[in-house]
Amino acid sequence: MAQPSRIIDKTAAELAADIREGRLTSVEVTTAFLDRIEAVDATVKAFLHVDREGALAAAREADAAIAADEEASPLAGVPVAVKDVVVTKGLPTTAASKILEGWIPPYDATIVERIKAARMPILGKTNMDEFAMGSSTEYSAYFKTRNPWDTGRIPGGSGGGSAAAVAAKMAPLAIGTDTGGSIRQPGAVTGTFGAKPTYGSNSRYGLIAFSSSLDTPGPVSRNALDAALLHEVISGHDPRDSTSIDAPVPPVAEAARLGASGDLTGVKLGVVKEFAEGAEAAEPGVIAAYEAGVEQLVKLGAEIVEVSCPSFTYALPTYYLIAPSEASSNLARYDGVRYGLRTGDDGKHSLEEVMSLTREAGFGPEVKRRIILGTYALSAGYVDAFYGKAQKVRTLIKRDFEAAFEQVDAIISPTTPFVAFKFGERTGDPYQMYLADLYTIPSNLYGGPGVSVPVGLADGMPVGLQVCGPVMGDDIAYRVAAALESTQDTPLADTAPELEGN
Amino acid sequence: MSTISREEVAHLARLARLEVTDDELDAFAGQLDVILESMKALAEVDTDDVQPTSHAVPLVNVFREDLPQPSLSREAALAGGPDTAEDRFRVPRILDEEA
Amino acid sequence: MTKLNSYEQAVADYEPVLGLETHIELDTNTKMFCGCPTAFGAEPNTQVCPVCLALPGALPVANKAAIEATIKIGLALNCRIAEWTRFARKNYFYPDMPKNFQTSQYEEPLCEEGYVDVVVEGETYRVEIERVHLEEDTGKTLHVGGATGRIHGATESLVDYNRAGIPLVEIVTKPVPGTGALAPEVARAYTAELRDIVRSLGVSDVRMEQGSLRCDVNLSLNLPGEAWGTRTETKNVNSLRSVERAVRYEVRRQSALLDAGERIFQETRHFHEATGETSPGRSKEEATDYRYFPEPDLAVMEPSREWVEELRTSLPEPPRKRRERLQEAWSLADKEMQSVVNADAVDLIETTVAAGAAPAAAVKWWLGELSRRANETGDELGALAITPAQVAELQGMVDDGRLNDKLARQVIDGVLAGEGSPAEVAAKRGLEVVSDTGALETAVDEAIAANPAVAEKIRGGTHAAAGVLIGAVMKATKGQADAGTVRKIILDKLS
Repeated sequence: MAQPSRIIDKTAAELAADIREGRLTSVEVTTAFLDRIEAVDATVKAFLHVDREGALAAAREADAAIAADEEASPLAGVPVAVKDVVVTKGLPTTAASKILEGWIPPYDATIVERIKAARMPILGKTNMDEFAMGSSTEYSAYFKTRNPWDTGRIPGGSGGGSAAAVAAKMAPLAIGTDTGGSIRQPGAVTGTFGAKPTYGSNSRYGLIAFSSSLDTPGPVSRNALDAALLHEVISGHDPRDSTSIDAPVPPVAEAARLGASGDLTGVKLGVVKEFAEGAEAAEPGVIAAYEAGVEQLVKLGAEIVEVSCPSFTYALPTYYLIAPSEASSNLARYDGVRYGLRTGDDGKHSLEEVMSLTREAGFGPEVKRRIILGTYALSAGYVDAFYGKAQKVRTLIKRDFEAAFEQVDAIISPTTPFVAFKFGERTGDPYQMYLADLYTIPSNLYGGPGVSVPVGLADGMPVGLQVCGPVMGDDIAYRVAAALESTQDTPLADTAPELEGN
Repeated sequence: MSTISREEVAHLARLARLEVTDDELDAFAGQLDVILESMKALAEVDTDDVQPTSHAVPLVNVFREDLPQPSLSREAALAGGPDTAEDRFRVPRILDEEA
Repeated sequence: MTKLNSYEQAVADYEPVLGLETHIELDTNTKMFCGCPTAFGAEPNTQVCPVCLALPGALPVANKAAIEATIKIGLALNCRIAEWTRFARKNYFYPDMPKNFQTSQYEEPLCEEGYVDVVVEGETYRVEIERVHLEEDTGKTLHVGGATGRIHGATESLVDYNRAGIPLVEIVTKPVPGTGALAPEVARAYTAELRDIVRSLGVSDVRMEQGSLRCDVNLSLNLPGEAWGTRTETKNVNSLRSVERAVRYEVRRQSALLDAGERIFQETRHFHEATGETSPGRSKEEATDYRYFPEPDLAVMEPSREWVEELRTSLPEPPRKRRERLQEAWSLADKEMQSVVNADAVDLIETTVAAGAAPAAAVKWWLGELSRRANETGDELGALAITPAQVAELQGMVDDGRLNDKLARQVIDGVLAGEGSPAEVAAKRGLEVVSDTGALETAVDEAIAANPAVAEKIRGGTHAAAGVLIGAVMKATKGQADAGTVRKIILDKLS
């Protein structure tokens, strides 16, 4: 395999080494990605906002710090794109919603503070489904993001912008957030790597809330090691998030390096019986690519064990009660009083009317649909039957997975039942859209880590394999994913079609 | 079969402060149905004696010491406001009394 | 025009059932869920941050001191402290509530099942506490364009979020039947007792006029032997006197309606300080549905029994027990003790006595001269620029015969004017009693010489006439003579 000739082809780990060892500067690297954005983002439309000046200023500071021999983080100088649901001080943050158009936050999310402290320039803010509600990025209030593999298809969602930016090499790394699969499913359909860390291991402070008990920020990259390095930058206890776990971060970078050695001897991988039973939802091409990947893992020494999680059947309905309920309350603050859009304040309308007009104009249909559903689920007389019941079923799901992890080290499955679909194919039927998250939702419910690693192609479109670990067992997921990568001559992400403008 | 009426959706929209259109009322009533049908699935699960899970990793007694932290500057606090006056956020006349 | 029955008639016909919901703002250094300061009266929107402004992405972290304060209040009200408790979101839209939900508690309050005993007219009433829970305060809204700054007629409103997020403890009583005609007094006594208890704990300044203690008064009427009636909830009751008046007004209003065969609506009413009346809140077009659910951004709380016991040990003596103990120690009649309590002088007198003054003297100064001074300036007694130690020192000088009452009052002038301690003021102003008998005898001789007719009367046995000579001597000595001593010298010389 030829050495990559272009900066943008290099992995984040390679770029970090080049910068650290003086072969490249952060300014050169950052400029290369900014130029790439300029060249191809008119086609892909992954970014809602590009911060050329801010990124270059941060790059210059990174170079100065490295030149001055300051203690540098392992990713110092390597640029990163940030999903627009993460609050960035001084940079527009909209969650891809009209209701936050023009809002400039006065503070940074904890993970953004950590990215800045690690001297990683922020390239810009990536597109997404409005308030992270969706699986295709078609529900962005601004524009659709295209899949670099086929610009007639969706890039997944909600974090389609971050995944597409990395797939199109407009960024070596990106930040995503995952409530039901919003990091992993876009990763799978764009041939990139995405990790949802253990809930509570990555701070949610400054992450615009969709579903508080499920939301988790995590890394997006082209391979396991790069993601692991970014994971270690952003992870760890945050006293500003009451749900943050005060425990050491699992050694994910070390695990990724171990996995890359290609040995999985003694590792037990679980296959959930009930996942396969739901296979009528999965496309044959996806199943074929996934099964080929499983064969590779067996060749590396892994043992495949069938496990049962009977309550898996209830994961989707449980999710679709918990998430909208919390969302309906989390999104109440967008009322046009303290920030964001205000509509109808013409001297004739009362405050109550202005609030309703503002929210009607500011939220898109999918967001409104979920607010209405959540309002219904929490309304008097239903809260016990809906939200309360869902929390109890969540306990059963958690128990099933805890029991499974007593038998196996990790659980594998396809990441999503189907490859990237064409624009508009599933927007008419919410339930069809929701099926995209069928295999990813369980780990949000039991809280453990899940990563999606490219495993192959189906009809020319990427397929992802998901590795889920027990709570705080993020390292095993990285190890298995990196091992699978070691069986691929060329990283799948590097085989994406070139885009115009190169 | 419809389990949520148009009127019910209208009521929910008022609770959620959404000035929905007639078309949206129809659309939401239909689409909520699809979802609610799948929710019925949970009703069959026996959850007697099952404790609810609020978070995957249960944490208790997460407190902060009573130590002041810097507030935002007033300029920063008001900067995002669609309309401000006299260092406060201005809103149109309020109909409801305080709840 | 609202029809009202006479109060006497109303309570002759109906039995009132009371209920009280009290909100107390804690005086923690920081807000409930963020590190913003809580000082009263700061410039608008200067004590706000991403959390209490509900900026997108901000998250709450609970203030441990507020949890402790709430547990202490619960313990002082004889409550059971929950072993497992959590916050819940109360969802409703209002512009002074930044998140459009209030982080509060629902089915699992921190404290439950307590009671407070209050004494009214010699009778003890037990007010049972249903729950004590912790929540957060709202911002403050200024209504502009209306005639009186009220919501009606206002064309717009201005919101300040400094108060938003300050910890607020809600204390809810169970319904209190059986108070009869004394319902207003029991309501007032309960509120006063609650205020004293919370103040003794040092967790709130409980100032009704500043809104750090706010009352909602629930009241229903029923015919004797019948089921309880429908209750109204009167908000905005912001003084002890208003608590009493609000109850009285609702008894008169509801009884008139019931007499006329009309229904009482379960509604929120507002109390008007100026008129003592209540008026209905704007009726909601549909019933409020708060959609409570457990707050997913906060962890559950499991107050350990060790922690609770530690807090219990730290509780001060309950105000009622303390009052009984002090009343006995000071040998005060019930009425006198009541005056001390009403003047908010218990602490002041206790400290004065501890500094060496006799209880009777301490009571005399604080309820007499010093209360008069406080009234003149509109200050609270405790805000006067004289300390209990200085009052004790002053009394010591009187006891030693160095000051008489008149001089002592002049010394108080000096102390209040910031001239120093009583001894310093007396020295600076030359306000000591003249005890030099030589000087006094000279002054008496001069007075006799100047008033021969008076002297003659005294020699003739009309001792009452001595007052004129005493006055002259006092004038000559600028009041610094002891009147008794002067009188003795005069009578000795003229007998």
